[in-house]
Amino acid sequence: MAELLLNNASVAADGVPLVQEASLSITQGELVVLLGPNGAGKTSLLRLLLGLMPVDSGTATLDGVPVTDLSAAERALAVAYLPQLRPLAWPNRVRDIVALGRFAHGVMMGRPQAKDAALIEAALSACDLLGLADREANTLSGGELARVHCARAFVANTALLVADEPTAALDPRHQHQVLKLLRGYVAGGGGACVVLHDIALAARYADRLVWMQGGRIVAEGGVRESLTAERLRMVYGVQANVAADGDTVQVHVEGLTPV
Amino acid sequence: MDRALNPLLLGLTLVVLFLACLLGSTALPMERVLAALSGNGSVGDTLVVWQIRLPRALCGFAVGAALGASGAVLQGLLRNPLAEPGVLGVSACASLGAVIALYYGFAASWAYAMPLAAIVGALLATGLIAAATLYTQSVVTLILIGVGLSSFAGAAMSFMLNFAPSPFTLADMVNWMLGSVANRSFADLWLVAPFMMVGYLLVFRMRRGLSALTLGEEAAVGIGLNLTRLRLAVVLGAGLLAGAAVALAGAIGFVGIVAPHFVRPLVHHDPARTVLPAALLGGLLVLVADIVVRVLPSVTELKLGVVAALLGAPVFVWIAMRRRGSDG
Repeated sequence: MAELLLNNASVAADGVPLVQEASLSITQGELVVLLGPNGAGKTSLLRLLLGLMPVDSGTATLDGVPVTDLSAAERALAVAYLPQLRPLAWPNRVRDIVALGRFAHGVMMGRPQAKDAALIEAALSACDLLGLADREANTLSGGELARVHCARAFVANTALLVADEPTAALDPRHQHQVLKLLRGYVAGGGGACVVLHDIALAARYADRLVWMQGGRIVAEGGVRESLTAERLRMVYGVQANVAADGDTVQVHVEGLTPV
Repeated sequence: MDRALNPLLLGLTLVVLFLACLLGSTALPMERVLAALSGNGSVGDTLVVWQIRLPRALCGFAVGAALGASGAVLQGLLRNPLAEPGVLGVSACASLGAVIALYYGFAASWAYAMPLAAIVGALLATGLIAAATLYTQSVVTLILIGVGLSSFAGAAMSFMLNFAPSPFTLADMVNWMLGSVANRSFADLWLVAPFMMVGYLLVFRMRRGLSALTLGEEAAVGIGLNLTRLRLAVVLGAGLLAGAAVALAGAIGFVGIVAPHFVRPLVHHDPARTVLPAALLGGLLVLVADIVVRVLPSVTELKLGVVAALLGAPVFVWIAMRRRGSDG
């Protein structure tokens, strides 16, 4: 069972604390959603978790090994990472971008071995991309491109996946599509840690919510326990209605908290 | 198309290499060239083919190939099709190194002085550009640094021309600044070949990482790329290739931008698979350009570097103008 673990981790840049005394565990079979306002330290937390940034104090480990001791390839074999999207440098084919997901397995873009080619086909199919496989990525819509990056993460066949705002700039239909894909990944035995800004979306798909504010993890727990009107007021400074309805929790954000 | 591309370019290269032996101030008929190549020609023909035309053609090809490969890997690393040893100031700094070696007479006393000086100049420039990439993602900034490097190297070279110790040194230095493969021998080629080999080895071993960089640096590291190692390999490899090319022929501009540009769509824009065909096409372009300067009827032979810039600079402008503005 793979586990990414932050224990009392802190980091600062130029004297400004980005993450303070954060402890978090990401394991297989769970979809964890990281919530918090802009600048709360969510991306920094992910980068600590992945060892892309060393901790100043505390520890960040993958199965007990400090993540910064792992090579990029070793880490990539265990954890897939979808950072906030940047435009591709070149208009590569969809199939080739998905193939990059197996980079740590030694796959060369455009020249995958039979075994890798089969996995790439499967990932394309799972993300409903077969019809677009030979298209150049710069001709895709935002929603299609988001699915391409999901496929590239899934094709790596890692135990864990970390995604930073995979639904940014997507319409509601495509947001749900991406979250459904992530749920499917978790149902298949993976463990995911995902940053989202849409609280209703998080409430609908998350197993566990982790709330961040000012570089600290201020709360975590199941959707029903931790998603409250009070929490939204504290963390985001918004007035909201939260109503539990059977298995689901309905959230309605009404506006700014009155001063 | 991408599988046929390299054999096709290689075949074309062989044909043009043979043409280069046929054509010249006095054209040799095919059977005499074949005889000379197989060692059965007359003394005169053998001399012309083995001592003059073939080494010159191979030097032209080697220079173009090194520049094409160097451009392709720099473009992959900087994620921008406008990166090139000439544009980034690498060639100018290499020329400066070569001119320093000529000026102080090191080149006359030790054969390796000039290639080494050119390579050191190239490595300083690539190193500086790579260091700048740690602080800025903007290729515009990098190209401006290149402009600065080129201007500085140009000024330093002018300074040395100004104080040239003898007319011979002056002529030698002007030669390097204009760029030419005239009168190159196999000995000249063997002198720089080891540096080129190490350069090719570095960039070919690491080229897979260039594909990963299409995703951006953060995501490329996320899929398992050792970015530091890739940067180092590309900087060293591109520096060795461009430096060795300049040591052999002086500054030949724009090959490193034109060659990758034309092969890239044929390999589905994969920066890794661009390297080999860019090298082959770069070599082919310089080879053809050199045949053109040889057969053009003129009193003074036109310099290869001048032709390359006359043809290459408009293509550079064209590529730059076709780019969408936002991502520079």
